[in-house]
Amino acid sequence: MSINNSKSKMPDPSVLKEEILKKYPGKIAKKRSKGFLVNDPTTVPEIQANVRTIPGIITQRGCTYAGCKGVVLGPTRDVVNIVHGPIGCSFYAWLTRRNQTSPPTENDPNFIPYALSTDMQDENIVFGGEAKLKTAIQEAFDEFNPRSIAIFSTCPVGLIGDDVHAVAREMKEKLGINIFGFSCEGYRGVSQSAGHHIANNKIFSNVIGIDDVTEPKGKFKMNMLGEYNIGGDAFVLENYFEEMGIDLVASFSGNSTIESYEYSHKVDLNIVMCHRSINYIAEMMEKKYGIPWFKVNFIGAKATAKSLLKMAEYYEDAAMIKATKALIDREMAKVQAVIDEVRPKLEGKTAMMFVGGSRAHHYQELFTELGMETIAAGYEFAHRDDYEGRKVIPSIKIDADTRNIEDLKVEKEEASFRSELQDKKAKLEGAKFDFEDYEGMMPEMKKGALVIDDISHWESEKLIEKYRPDIFCAGIKEKYVVQKHGIPLKQLHSYDYGGPYAGFEGAINFYREMERMLTTDIWKMIDAPWKNEPEMVGSMVME
Amino acid sequence: MLLRHTKKASEAVDRKALTINPAKTCQPVGAMYAALGVHGCLPHSHGSQGCCSYHRTALTRHYKEPVMASTSSFTEGSSVFGGQANLLQSISNIFAIYEPEIIAVHSTCLSETIGDDLKQITEKAIADGKVPEGKHLVQASTPSYIGSHVTGYSNMVKGFIDKFAFNTGEKKRQVNLISGWVEPSDMREIKRIMKIMKVPYVMLPDTSDVLDAPMTGKFQMYPNGGTTISEMASMGDSMATVATGHFCSRDSAIHLENKCKVPFKLTDVPIGVKATDRFIQAVSSAAKVSIPEEVNVERGRLVDALADMQQYFYNKKVAVYGDPDTLIPLCEFLVDLGMKPMAVVSGTPGKEFAKRMEAILAEKVPGAKFANGSIADMYKLHSWIKEEPVDLIIGNTYGKYIARDENIPFLRYGFPILDRIGHSYFPTVGYMGTLSLAKDILNLLMDYQDANCIEEKFELVM
Repeated sequence: MSINNSKSKMPDPSVLKEEILKKYPGKIAKKRSKGFLVNDPTTVPEIQANVRTIPGIITQRGCTYAGCKGVVLGPTRDVVNIVHGPIGCSFYAWLTRRNQTSPPTENDPNFIPYALSTDMQDENIVFGGEAKLKTAIQEAFDEFNPRSIAIFSTCPVGLIGDDVHAVAREMKEKLGINIFGFSCEGYRGVSQSAGHHIANNKIFSNVIGIDDVTEPKGKFKMNMLGEYNIGGDAFVLENYFEEMGIDLVASFSGNSTIESYEYSHKVDLNIVMCHRSINYIAEMMEKKYGIPWFKVNFIGAKATAKSLLKMAEYYEDAAMIKATKALIDREMAKVQAVIDEVRPKLEGKTAMMFVGGSRAHHYQELFTELGMETIAAGYEFAHRDDYEGRKVIPSIKIDADTRNIEDLKVEKEEASFRSELQDKKAKLEGAKFDFEDYEGMMPEMKKGALVIDDISHWESEKLIEKYRPDIFCAGIKEKYVVQKHGIPLKQLHSYDYGGPYAGFEGAINFYREMERMLTTDIWKMIDAPWKNEPEMVGSMVME
Repeated sequence: MLLRHTKKASEAVDRKALTINPAKTCQPVGAMYAALGVHGCLPHSHGSQGCCSYHRTALTRHYKEPVMASTSSFTEGSSVFGGQANLLQSISNIFAIYEPEIIAVHSTCLSETIGDDLKQITEKAIADGKVPEGKHLVQASTPSYIGSHVTGYSNMVKGFIDKFAFNTGEKKRQVNLISGWVEPSDMREIKRIMKIMKVPYVMLPDTSDVLDAPMTGKFQMYPNGGTTISEMASMGDSMATVATGHFCSRDSAIHLENKCKVPFKLTDVPIGVKATDRFIQAVSSAAKVSIPEEVNVERGRLVDALADMQQYFYNKKVAVYGDPDTLIPLCEFLVDLGMKPMAVVSGTPGKEFAKRMEAILAEKVPGAKFANGSIADMYKLHSWIKEEPVDLIIGNTYGKYIARDENIPFLRYGFPILDRIGHSYFPTVGYMGTLSLAKDILNLLMDYQDANCIEEKFELVM
């Protein structure tokens, strides 16, 4: 299937590409051209991704710190996070990512509503900030008595040479709790993605597996990776797992505790939701502990059903498979009823989405279920494998920016290695059961659709102008820009404060949301009724 | 409880190094906001992408409007070897692709730490021919490790004056207004007052018609509003300057006086009766015009309404946090209403704050606590509230956590407001703005009473 270009509003994508890139100075046009493709799902062309944004180009991207503190560590409630730097970085990552959390009792710790900072001043920049950081850690310990403290480095920290890791070691020794630091200065990578990797590394080396004593309860134990509980997505999924009989040991990192990470190496399976931000932990846990992982997707009803069933089949438990099928049948009936009602209103409408490292792919499922077409999509900070599939990983060129981020050398830990799980994996793999799998976005998009990495403001404006999509999905920085054109924008980072959108319940919420956004009369009010009427002649003069 | 770990002031650690829940943010976001108040201007953040992204996000969430800005996109290499190449490339690209009239460059903690000199780099850009004819570069040094967002606002405004204001030797019958950090609606309201007073003016910056631009079905990268280049140039010929707010506007007024010999009057942001009175008087004397009757009528309407409301305000305790330029006139107004600002914090440093608070609170509100600068944060404010409960909290969105935990009515006021819509449309300055502010406070107190009083005390007429 290919994009239907016969409709008058659909320009030829190759011509459009040329027209958009023409605006750029020569070298830049050439560079952007490699990240701006016309899709072909059968051949899947190579896309340029995870490379530097050109200075001065208005980008959606944020920084390494945002990926580390904001995305990966932000949602964990029982760790005290201290941001080492001037005040802004802590301020902006303070409760701004909608990570809902549910401490079991009033007495359980929850530090998410607190923003802690060393608020570095000029004298700290000149003379160093380590002493202030130590005092700040002591004060946080005295005030909050947490089980863990994490330190996040902001741009000046690396430049002035503060050694946050040495401070962490010293204070860990002194206070007797787990303290660790992240070298996640904003400039470390080309986007948030570097911060994800840095966060993964540190959690893996300093938290996962440090508690070998606690035995998590349950018969079928699992971790969920890359689900951040925006708008309560994780809550929906937790209910499904419980109904299926799966015990969720740790979630990286929506609705999670650092305590659960410490014994999270004692599970039978890791499922990966957002491949981009967390595949590193999945891989490292498999190498060290032998825990198999596979990719799941809970965005879209059919994708949810497929993922849940695969999980049940992995455990090879008849009762679980039966319960899962019953769950799917029950929920799919509700889903179908809403699709039947909403789809006729939305069928044939067009969507564009430029967001994240996973969502621009996952959310296409929901639009497909509504009969809508995704005519252009791209990621903000993904790598080639998120576009083209994991099979391209060996061929990805490692540039200087990627080399900057440490690739941990992980070795098999004989004492706790789960060779029985590896045997199970080998057996299932023979039966066409995929592990370590991610096909990427492009094979699932239509021929002729545009795939654009790290889209710029200029490019998105031209796309809107030429295609006039019915809905555009991106983030807050793009929202009102697009809406000034009279086209609704759905935020897929914060969900426009709605949701949950995961699972069956979430799918229904999303269908209803699209029904609202695409049928509202607000956009029809832009022009006043007299806009096209002739102007009044003559005048009534007020004395 | 959401803030379940917050302790009473008497039980909390006496902190020296750790800020918890800040009542400020960093300089560049203020510079970005100020630059949006100049017509045809694209703010540019010379630092990591995250700075620009975070500032755009905060401003967009507050204003619910497009906030356009670009970044030098630093990487490890630029951090080591200096950001000059990134800035030069940015300048070429921005003029080629986004075509602004002005690029307003501000620095960040990153570019300041490595010692990038914006003045030198922008001069080089001009020398290298990277700035097209008739286009301009403005720069401001805004290191995040000095001052606060308020300082960044002030520095950027000063940068525009430094670049454009020019004394031609021919006086112009107009008054400069350096507006301070207020909402677009407030800037619009001040302009309305100037119209009533028949005073020609130039306002810098002016975010009205930029951050409250109408829906037209077309995106305008550079909306109709904002101070123009010719207006800024003419500021050097004005009769006088009225600068509102010590922290946001004083430096710019001084700079303009030094550069172009335009005398200035520094007054408060016109929030409340007395601050508005002083503002009106300052404008009147700066422009040498008498105060028209219409102003008296508006003032009379406000005082009349406040007389009706005063019984409900009397002795109510308030906790307030935010920026000094708004906190000073706001606390003065609260005291005038008979309320007691018992706890006041601002993360923005500066001795002027303590001096003014002392004058406003010492006599009339014994026992009031106030702090600003380092460690003057919302955790401290909350721990004070836990020690001595209040009837009302006033401040930016972050106060909602305290308000819910402690069951205290809460007025959203200041920056940022992330969870409500309307603050950028309805002014709180001038006599009419003050009336609207007083009404909002009163409604909160009365709604609280209606929702929480016992049934036999629930009454129809209040």
